[in-house]
Amino acid sequence: MLEIKGLTATVEGKAILNGIDLVVPDGEVHALMGPNGSGKSTLSYVLSGREGYEVTGGTATINGRDLLALTPEQRAAAGLFLAFQYPVELPGVGNANFLRTALNAIRRSRGEEELNAVQFLKLARAELKQLSMADDMLKRNVNVGFSGGEKKRNEVLQMAILRPKLAILDETDSGLDIDALKIVADGVNALRAPDFSALVITHYQRLLDYIVPDRVHVLVHGRIVRSGGPELAQELEATGYAAVTAEAA
Amino acid sequence: MREQAKPLEAVTGAFLARYAQQPGDCDARAEAAELFRAGGLPSVREEAWHYTTLRPLADAVFAAPRADAALLVSQLPNIEAPRVVFVDGRFNAALSHPPSGLSVRTGEPAWGTLARPETEKLVALNTMLAEDGAAIELADGVDGGTLMLASLATGGAFHPRHAIRLGRGARLTLIEVNLGSGAYFNNPVFSIEIGEDATLTHLRIQQEAQAAFHLSTLYAEVGARGTYDSFLLTLGGRLARMEVHTRLAGEKATAHLNAAQLLGGNQHADFTTEVTHDAPATVSRQTVKNVLTGHSRGVFQGKIAVSRIAQKTDGYQMNQALLLSPDAEIDSKPELEIYADDVKCSHGATVGELDSDQLFYLRSRGVPEAEARSLLVRAFLNEALDPIAHEAAREAMEGMIAAWWEGRKA
Repeated sequence: MLEIKGLTATVEGKAILNGIDLVVPDGEVHALMGPNGSGKSTLSYVLSGREGYEVTGGTATINGRDLLALTPEQRAAAGLFLAFQYPVELPGVGNANFLRTALNAIRRSRGEEELNAVQFLKLARAELKQLSMADDMLKRNVNVGFSGGEKKRNEVLQMAILRPKLAILDETDSGLDIDALKIVADGVNALRAPDFSALVITHYQRLLDYIVPDRVHVLVHGRIVRSGGPELAQELEATGYAAVTAEAA
Repeated sequence: MREQAKPLEAVTGAFLARYAQQPGDCDARAEAAELFRAGGLPSVREEAWHYTTLRPLADAVFAAPRADAALLVSQLPNIEAPRVVFVDGRFNAALSHPPSGLSVRTGEPAWGTLARPETEKLVALNTMLAEDGAAIELADGVDGGTLMLASLATGGAFHPRHAIRLGRGARLTLIEVNLGSGAYFNNPVFSIEIGEDATLTHLRIQQEAQAAFHLSTLYAEVGARGTYDSFLLTLGGRLARMEVHTRLAGEKATAHLNAAQLLGGNQHADFTTEVTHDAPATVSRQTVKNVLTGHSRGVFQGKIAVSRIAQKTDGYQMNQALLLSPDAEIDSKPELEIYADDVKCSHGATVGELDSDQLFYLRSRGVPEAEARSLLVRAFLNEALDPIAHEAAREAMEGMIAAWWEGRKA
C-alpha cells in the first residue's frame, strides 16, 4: 500500500508538488491524470528517488516503510517500480544481462537465491511470450534502437520479471499504437493481485479503457483537486482539464 | 629549463655507457648509437611527444633483476596455447612451450626490416642495446593458430627486438602479454610484415608493474587484402607509451587498432598511432576507450595519412574517455593528412563522466550503485572488446578488467 501525506517538493527551487495526499491500497489500480506541467512525472521521480528533486515536506510510505529515507535501489528492493516515460538507453548492456542483474539484486535483498543464466532465461522467455515480444529482445542492448512501442513494452517486461508490490506507470501509453497499448495493458492486468497495486499516470483516458482503475485522481498545480471512480476519466475526456483547472485556481 | 634537461641527459648517458661495454657486433648498432648519442631521448618539445614526458625516468631506479621471475609465469592469462617467454628481456626456454608449424627463433635480436631508428629515438635506443627477441615466421598458407609472446620482468632495462612475418594467406593470433613486479624499463620494438591475404590478430596486454616503464614501438606493413587486427589493453605501468606505425601497402589491406586504457593513481599511458593508407581501397578502424581514475592521465594521438594513390580509403577513428575522478585527464589529438580526393575519413572524441540518467535507471531497478557503475564502465568498454573473436583471450581480458575495477574501489 502506498500512502502519501502532504507531500511537497521543489525542482531547482521551484515548487512543483504542493501538498499531495494519496492512498493506493493493496490490490487496487489508481489513475493519476492531469494537464501538462501539473507535477505527474515529478511525483513519480520523487517517489523513486531521482536526484535533483527536493522533498520539502510530507511523507510517503510503502507498506508503512518510509520511502523518502531510502536510496533508489532500496526503494526497488522494498517493492517499488517506476515504468519510465522515457526509458533510458544503455549502449553496451545486453537486455538479458540487465534484467538478470536487476532481478538478482532484488532477490538478494529479499534473501532469495539468485537465478543462474538458464533459470533466468526460462523465466524471461515466458514473460516475453506473455507480452508478444520476440526472444531476440533479450539479446539487444537495453532500449538501444528500440521503437517507442518496444521501449514501453520493455518497461512492462521488466515489471513482469521484477514483480513489484507497487508499480508507477508514467505515461506508459504515450507513443503506443492501439495494438501495443492492448499488449501493455494486458501485461499490467496480468499482474493484478491482492498484494499488487499500481498508480497509472496518463494524460488520456484511452489507456483506462484497457486498464480499468479503481479510482481516478486529478492533479493540478501539484495538488490533487478531484478524485472519483472510473467515470471521472470519461468526464475529463469529454470536458477537458479546463474546468478542473479553473476550479483549482 | 637547464635544470629539467640535465637529469634526462644522465639517463641518456647511462644507456650510452651500457653500449660502450658491449662488443660492437654490427654496423646498424653503431649507427643507432650515433643517432642516440646525437638525439638522446624524446622530449616534450617534439610534437610527437608533446603530451608524454620521460622526465620520471630520471628519478627511477631500476634494481637488478631478481631470481624469482619464473614465479610470474603463474600470472599469465589462462589460455591454452604454445608460448614464447622472455624473462627480463631474455628468452627463457624452461618457461616456453614452442609451437609447431611455424618457426620461432630466439637468442638474438630479430631486427626485421621496418624499424626506423633515424626517426624514432626509442628505436635508436632499442637498436643500440637490443640483446634478444623473437623472430616468428609463417610460410605461405600456414594457419599458426594461437601463440603467446610473454614478457615477465623484475628489474633492469631491456630492449626486446621482435620480428613477425606472415607469408601469403597465413594466419596467426598473437597474444602479447607484458607483466612484472618491481621497477624496470621495457623498450620493445616490433617489425611486423603481413603478406597478401594474410591475417595477424594481435592481442596485446600491458599489465606491467606499477613502478615500471613500458615504451613500445611497433611497425606493421600489410599487403593486399591482408589484415592487421590489433587490440591493446593497457592496465599497468607508471609510464607507458604504445606507439604503432601501420602502413597499408596493398590494395584492400585493413588495420584495426583498437585499445582500452584503464588507469588509476598517477599512471600515465599514451597510445600513439599512425596509419598510412598507401594503396587504394584500404580500410582502417580505431576505437580507443579510456577509463581514468585518480590522478591518471591518458593520451591518444592518432594520425591517418592518405597518399595520393590511396583512392577509396576508408578511415575511422574514435577516442572516448570516461573520467571517473576530477583529477584525471585525457589528451586527444587526431590528425588527418589526406592527398587523395576520393576518400572517407572520420574521427571523433568524447569525454564524459558516467551518465546520471543511466545510473538512476539501473538503481531504480534495484541494482546497487557500485554495481551499476561497474556495469556502465564495462558497457563503455564493450565496443572495443566485443570484436575480439578469440574467446579465451577476451574472457581473460574481461577478468583483468573486473579485477582492475575491484582494485580501484578498494
